[in-house]
Amino acid sequence: MRHLLSAADLDQNQITEILDLAEEMSLVQGRPVKKLPALRGRTVVNLFFEDSTRTRSSFEIAGKWLSADVINISAKGSSVSKGESLRDTVLTVAAMGVDALVIRHPASGAPWQASRWIDAHVLNAGDGTHEHPTQALLDAFTIRRHFRLTVPDQLSFDGKTVAIVGDITHSRVARSNVLLLNTLGAQVILVAPPTLLPSGIDSWPVLVCTDFDQVIPHADIIMMLRVQRERMSGGYFPTPREYTIGYGLTRPRLQAMRPGAAICHPGPMNRGLEISADAADAANSLILDQVAAGVSVRMSVLYELLGGAE
Amino acid sequence: MSGTGAPQAQRDDPGSGSAIGSEGSRVVMDAEQIARACARIAHQILEANRGAEGLVLLGIPTRGVPLAHRLATVMDHVEGVRVPVGALDVTMYRDDLRRQPTRAVGHTDLPVEVEDSTVVLVDDVLYSGRTVRAALDALGDLGRPRTVRLAVLVDRGHRELPIRADHIGSYIPTRSGEHVSVRLAELDGIDQVSIEPASDHGLGGP
Repeated sequence: MRHLLSAADLDQNQITEILDLAEEMSLVQGRPVKKLPALRGRTVVNLFFEDSTRTRSSFEIAGKWLSADVINISAKGSSVSKGESLRDTVLTVAAMGVDALVIRHPASGAPWQASRWIDAHVLNAGDGTHEHPTQALLDAFTIRRHFRLTVPDQLSFDGKTVAIVGDITHSRVARSNVLLLNTLGAQVILVAPPTLLPSGIDSWPVLVCTDFDQVIPHADIIMMLRVQRERMSGGYFPTPREYTIGYGLTRPRLQAMRPGAAICHPGPMNRGLEISADAADAANSLILDQVAAGVSVRMSVLYELLGGAE
Repeated sequence: MSGTGAPQAQRDDPGSGSAIGSEGSRVVMDAEQIARACARIAHQILEANRGAEGLVLLGIPTRGVPLAHRLATVMDHVEGVRVPVGALDVTMYRDDLRRQPTRAVGHTDLPVEVEDSTVVLVDDVLYSGRTVRAALDALGDLGRPRTVRLAVLVDRGHRELPIRADHIGSYIPTRSGEHVSVRLAELDGIDQVSIEPASDHGLGGP
């Protein structure tokens, strides 16, 4: 594997390998010395053209725990704010001899474009409304652990149903999850108001439903998406209140979930909008597990890309 | 490195049932000899440690792990004490990571804290010593054992580092190009150590 640009690049074996390795990596968190020497002498640059807390910091921790040198460059306070083009920024950073670039960018396809300009490994840490493959991997890791509570060696997600609820149109998390969960064998149901379903959705390997209440009793996992106000120019739904009534994970909906079903949210949450405090803090909420999984999964991905010979 | 080894078909995995007694390969230990060697090593470890007190057996994957379990079983018979057994993967501590495609990482499982215990590292073959060097580094990140010992089923010579084993099942002289193949019933369905002649794909794993 040279780059990680899309969840579609991974087949079921590769995903299983990454998740299994992430299980090993997760043990590092409990050790007296939280460091493995595997990437000693490698340099990883986090190139973030968009705000991020958890993705950037977990990539940083992941790199450091594997002994790589990690440098953060954000658009604010860099030459990007002086008007430097993406190409020049990427070439400049690559010219310093880095081994991997972790790129987040508001434009869909920016990491793919960058991967064609330089020799270093490129990891997509979220590009516009396109993809966010490491988020999908950490979701799959968390979900697999949840399934394994009942079936210890659960390998594929055959027979499992995952409902992804909310702003599908603007969600790169949804796109990567649809691809990855589908590869793993899960049935994905997308739930959203018609205004937040992208065009061309008929070609996706999913079921689509606009009635959340109808879907709830069938889902093993309910993945709530953040309402991305920063990407919306208005007009997608009448009022936040109405969105909550139709598509929020409210207390009554929490109670309607099937026994053993769990809740995911990629964060950051708008409590009271797409998810109620009851649901966010419920016993079957995996939201904090997702955050903890972020470091392990990103360690695994960095090792897969950078661990061997060039 | 004489010419017996006409380039053979891919035989990358020594465990995956390449024909026994096939061209040029010779069996050097059978099931009984392996069992006796394990019994002797287990006794030696107990003797050196004056009992099972504070012992932890850590197998190095893949074949060190079942060997460690066998040693523990013998010790259980002898002393009536269940010695903790675990696995110590050393992949990420190897010095040859950069020389080949990304290596699969094995499982590390510590049954107890290694702090102040007597750790016995268990592996199937001692060759260059590089795996043991990696294991010592890996162990150092997990705690500070009081003593670390090394038990191996086969010492085949050709050390590249100043490392020796404390307990050896059998010393088997080899040529450096040859491959020592250890098969264990738990993984391979048969207990057997054989020497395969040098083949193209090289020096075997260090």
